[in-house]
Amino acid sequence: MELGPYLLFASLEGLVHAAVLSLIALGLSLVFGVMRIVNVAHGEFFMLGAIITWWVSSFVSGNPAIGFLLALLVVPIIVGMTAVLSDWLILRHLKYDPEATIIATIGILYIIQQFALMTFGPDAKPVEQPFNIRLDLYWFGFSAYKFFVIFSAIILLLAIWLVMSKTKFGLILRATQLDSETAQAFGIPISRVYNIVFGLGAAIAAVGAILIVPIQQAHYLMGGEPLLLAFIVVIIGGLGSLKGTVAAAILIGMSDGIISVFFSPNIAKILATLLVVVVLIIKPNGLFGTTKT
Amino acid sequence: MRKDIILHLSALLILFLLEILGIFSEYHQGNFARILVLAAYGVGYNILFGYTGLLSLGHALFFSAGLYASGLSIYHLDYNIEQSLFLGICISALISLIIGFLALRTIGVSFMIVTLMFSQIAYLSILYFGSITRGDEGFVIQQSSRVFLSMDLSNPKIRYYSALLIFSLCMLINLWIAKSPFGRVLVAIRENSDRALMLGYNVKLYKLFSIIISGTISGLAGACYGILFGYVGASFAAVSYSIFPLLWVLIGGAGTVLGPLIGAIFMFYLIDYASDITDAYMIIVGVALLFVTLFARRGIIGELRFRYYKWIS
Repeated sequence: MELGPYLLFASLEGLVHAAVLSLIALGLSLVFGVMRIVNVAHGEFFMLGAIITWWVSSFVSGNPAIGFLLALLVVPIIVGMTAVLSDWLILRHLKYDPEATIIATIGILYIIQQFALMTFGPDAKPVEQPFNIRLDLYWFGFSAYKFFVIFSAIILLLAIWLVMSKTKFGLILRATQLDSETAQAFGIPISRVYNIVFGLGAAIAAVGAILIVPIQQAHYLMGGEPLLLAFIVVIIGGLGSLKGTVAAAILIGMSDGIISVFFSPNIAKILATLLVVVVLIIKPNGLFGTTKT
Repeated sequence: MRKDIILHLSALLILFLLEILGIFSEYHQGNFARILVLAAYGVGYNILFGYTGLLSLGHALFFSAGLYASGLSIYHLDYNIEQSLFLGICISALISLIIGFLALRTIGVSFMIVTLMFSQIAYLSILYFGSITRGDEGFVIQQSSRVFLSMDLSNPKIRYYSALLIFSLCMLINLWIAKSPFGRVLVAIRENSDRALMLGYNVKLYKLFSIIISGTISGLAGACYGILFGYVGASFAAVSYSIFPLLWVLIGGAGTVLGPLIGAIFMFYLIDYASDITDAYMIIVGVALLFVTLFARRGIIGELRFRYYKWIS
């Protein structure tokens, strides 16, 4: 393949990365923005989404699309409920103290990860693509499913944006984010909001997992890498800024995808972190962020 | 004051007597040699976390900096032990200076994430430069190069004494810092950094010093770990090796001199027993982290100090 088409191919792969990454990072950023806590177990909720998708699809025989649709219905709810439960059982009692929460979420990380190792096993397991169509793009064929991934991520991001800016629920979230004490004084049940937001953040990551798992495979250690990238994204985008998060996710996801195709995935991550260093030196609050932490 | 020093010296004496009276079985002797070096790493971590109040999630970077600097210099350049140890200390001090300078631009939650990311990059770099570092597989430091002043460091007895020596050194440095005006300023920063700033202390500079001391002790522990046990691998740079010292310090008691040792002994044996039962033994780490944050915020020594013995450092 010549350079031009090869670059196009790499960019398309990068877009798929960026689409999934923006979902994961958005979940992380939402939780941080509203609750002011960092969820280190976020990557494990993503992993949990992937292995439950495998589990659901292995139950359904016949057309893989049925399993996929069923997963879309069931998986975000299961993962979201797991997150809600861990918030209710653990984080709530820590009064969301930043240090204690970060340590506790590391604990949750290990428990989910090792639980997956015990039940799912140490091997990577594939999930069949819901539809297997190859689009002929003149120079190379490209899976139509990957376009579907990009498309669905855009739809979902738009939906989240609409909910955040147009609905009452979004208003409650924004009020809590802005000033939780005043919000509480106006009758917003803060602890319920926190509970829901924590579940919602995990559920968004789980949707990202459902979308990516037919391309990648499900594995119990798959949560670490997206977590690192999501951290890079939220730092560059500014912790808690949703617009910044999506913009940074596209930047990081695209360049990660492109560099991974041309060089190596490790180099891509090393470069992305060096970018974080540069951002920290020039602008400690992130490129789009206004919040101080 | 005097009671305090007697307590810590007698702890070291017990560790010495356990060996010289032959109370250890060979198995526990080996375990304790490891625990002592790891506890020295915990002491390094504690200076930053327990005394200065900065939570780092990336100390594996400093540990592996010492480990790899000394290990690689023996493996590739045929350095002897003194030279490699010296190099390990210098490199980890230099890296702590750079990381400290960059990471201290952020505070609070961002500091934790940034340290985590830096250490993750070190881990990925070790994997990426696999032709030099032998990546995941790691490399073995031959017994013939692990000789110091014509003593064979792979001999279990000598290894135990060396480990005890290193731990004692780090612990006494820690005790000295805790008693010194410098240490008091670190604690003041932990308790209320704004007030410390108002009183005219250069908070950022103190924090930077704290990171350098903490990172250098961690690097020293890493270098010794490679030399004493003869193996250098990428797993020592992974996230779990950043989490372990945090856990030891939390269990033993943050901001206490003996805390890291108590925590390391406790976790080492807990994981040791758990790994006989299941492959997923890291679940113990997860449960322990939750337990400490939910029910025992002060840790063992911290609780003792709070309830009964106010004089413990």
